[in-house]
Amino acid sequence: MKAKPKVLTGLDFLSAVMVLIAAGLVFFYAPVEVQMGAVQKVFYFHVATAWVGMLGFLVAAVAGVFYLRRNEVRWDIIGVSAVEISLVFFLIAIIMGSIWARPIWNTWWTWDPRLTTAAIVELIYAAYMLLRSGVDDPERRARFSAIYAIFGFISVPLTFISIRLLRTIHPVVIGGAEAASQGGFNMGPSMQWVFFFSLVAFSVFFADLLWHRIRLGELKSAVESLRVKAFQEGM
Amino acid sequence: MRSYLRAVGAVIWKDFRAEWRNRENLSAMLVFALLVILIFNFALELDLQARASLSAGVLWTTFIFAGTIGLNRSLAVEKDRGCLDGLLLAPVDRSVIFFGKAIGNLAFMLLVEAIVLPVFNFLYGLNVFQPGFLGVVVLGSIGYAAVGTLLSTMVVQARTRDILLPILLFPLTLPVVIAAVKASQGFFQNLPLGEFSVWINLLVAYDLIFIAVAFMVFDYVLED
Amino acid sequence: MIPRTLEKTVERAMRTFPAVLIIGPRQSGKTTLLRILATLSRPTSGLVRVAAYQLPQAEADLRNHLGLVSHQPLLYGDLTAEENLQFFSKLYSISEDRIREVLDIVGLVKRKDDLVRNFSRGMQQRLAIGRAILHNPQILLLDEPYTGLDQEAGEILDSLLLGNAREGRTVLMTSHNLVRAANLATRVDLLSRGRITASVPTSQLGSKDLIEFYREGLRGGGPV
Repeated sequence: MKAKPKVLTGLDFLSAVMVLIAAGLVFFYAPVEVQMGAVQKVFYFHVATAWVGMLGFLVAAVAGVFYLRRNEVRWDIIGVSAVEISLVFFLIAIIMGSIWARPIWNTWWTWDPRLTTAAIVELIYAAYMLLRSGVDDPERRARFSAIYAIFGFISVPLTFISIRLLRTIHPVVIGGAEAASQGGFNMGPSMQWVFFFSLVAFSVFFADLLWHRIRLGELKSAVESLRVKAFQEGM
Repeated sequence: MRSYLRAVGAVIWKDFRAEWRNRENLSAMLVFALLVILIFNFALELDLQARASLSAGVLWTTFIFAGTIGLNRSLAVEKDRGCLDGLLLAPVDRSVIFFGKAIGNLAFMLLVEAIVLPVFNFLYGLNVFQPGFLGVVVLGSIGYAAVGTLLSTMVVQARTRDILLPILLFPLTLPVVIAAVKASQGFFQNLPLGEFSVWINLLVAYDLIFIAVAFMVFDYVLED
Repeated sequence: MIPRTLEKTVERAMRTFPAVLIIGPRQSGKTTLLRILATLSRPTSGLVRVAAYQLPQAEADLRNHLGLVSHQPLLYGDLTAEENLQFFSKLYSISEDRIREVLDIVGLVKRKDDLVRNFSRGMQQRLAIGRAILHNPQILLLDEPYTGLDQEAGEILDSLLLGNAREGRTVLMTSHNLVRAANLATRVDLLSRGRITASVPTSQLGSKDLIEFYREGLRGGGPV
């Protein structure tokens, strides 16, 4: 059994530290936004976790392509690890979004396009997990998951474009500003700092979790091969 | 090339011939579609004002649900008696199976839609016979049938096949539904084409992208 | 679920032994082996070569020369016998006259317009055999073909297989029906837990020896 690599332990430490620093920066360093007040600070973690959630989907789709071409189990493990973790990160992002929305828009949820898309994306990955549980043969399961991950990932930009075309009340902080959107704000330089740091901190955290989950998957796969070998030898 | 087209034609011919025998699939789709419209009628209590904006949504929801039934059945037939293996044994490219099944599924969907639309017109007085709108119906159905065929080919090999197809299919085809509904609304409300042509573009883009991806990936669905 | 590992290059010595019978207990991998040779499954490791065709690259070419009769008939219930053969003849680019010929060989000319779903198991299997020989394949793979066959159908199969060997076609068959099948084979292989553990030409076997051979091989006679 492979021992836990030292680099991973280092990464554990690094991600814990970075997330703590990010939290510190958010609470103590970043200025309080004039119009929205303290609740705006949710933004830093909200965007960071959403970004990481999307990153995970990219990883799963790429892993899917590699699995189909190379037929190596490790790509399947990477794929399912990425989706599992992203599922949680994205859910956190949605919840944080709600927390931010409540005082600003006066509602926990609205069926505006961007939020609806977020819900859809989350559902695609829940569907991915359901697909996996519905297929018993491991090779087939890996293949189907890879295919679905690719499809899921491609449908996301298309869904996203349909948002941009519809008027949205969701703040378009990065990119064009629309008169119809409420809750947009300008980011001052200290805010930008905290924002980017949070982004990086959560990316590191994601990488750390991903590595752990991949290791878990590989161990599981090793156990499975041993079991099959035992059967073959007629034990 | 000719043998390729002949093979695709053969798959389509086979499905039509088999369906024509007892028309089980078509009647199931049709009855289901009409029931859905009926349920929506009561659930939403559509009044004249609301109709114009809601009707596009009701229509497309109906098509989506009826489509799922057709898709499931179409691939279940191949699983029965191991027919899928028969197709796989043939010296034809795997994509023949994809195009043959997808076109067959599309044809069934269009057939059901062709019957449902006049009914809709009769019940709600909406002008469904505009060529632009019919074009949207075709475009939306194409995208749905393409992705649906690929997914149902996958799903029919899974254990939880009955519930899995809608769960996998609906989130992926949301862009189609959104675009189709918006474009349909544009036609129903007689808006100038320029205002909503973007949705038609989106439909075309979706169709092209997903047909291409499905084609590239289909071999892997059937590999064993 | 048995893992699909073929331990070494599986090469059938077709010229010397045109009709091979593979026997073995359940779960030994007989069906898996046949599926791999029929290009329906891929081994998880190892190389496969069938005649001059290296798999998986030459899969498509090989299929032109393969016929498979498996436990499932691979036929469409909602089509008639003739329509089923018509469908497959289109996929294999065979002329329609051959259909008549095949129906004759399997003795189903009188039932050609009946729906396959109304056929007995024996008749379905006969039609399945017809489907398998439609394109005159060089290699015929049969998985437990005698299961559920009535007397008449069994005899048709017997004469077909004998005829094949005479015409230089290769037959690979799995069967539980040791004695009957061994009469038609020129070689018998024993498959146990995914490995061929023994092999003997039938000319060296009497029917009592066959059962001994089976028991001996199961006790682990070592790889061939």
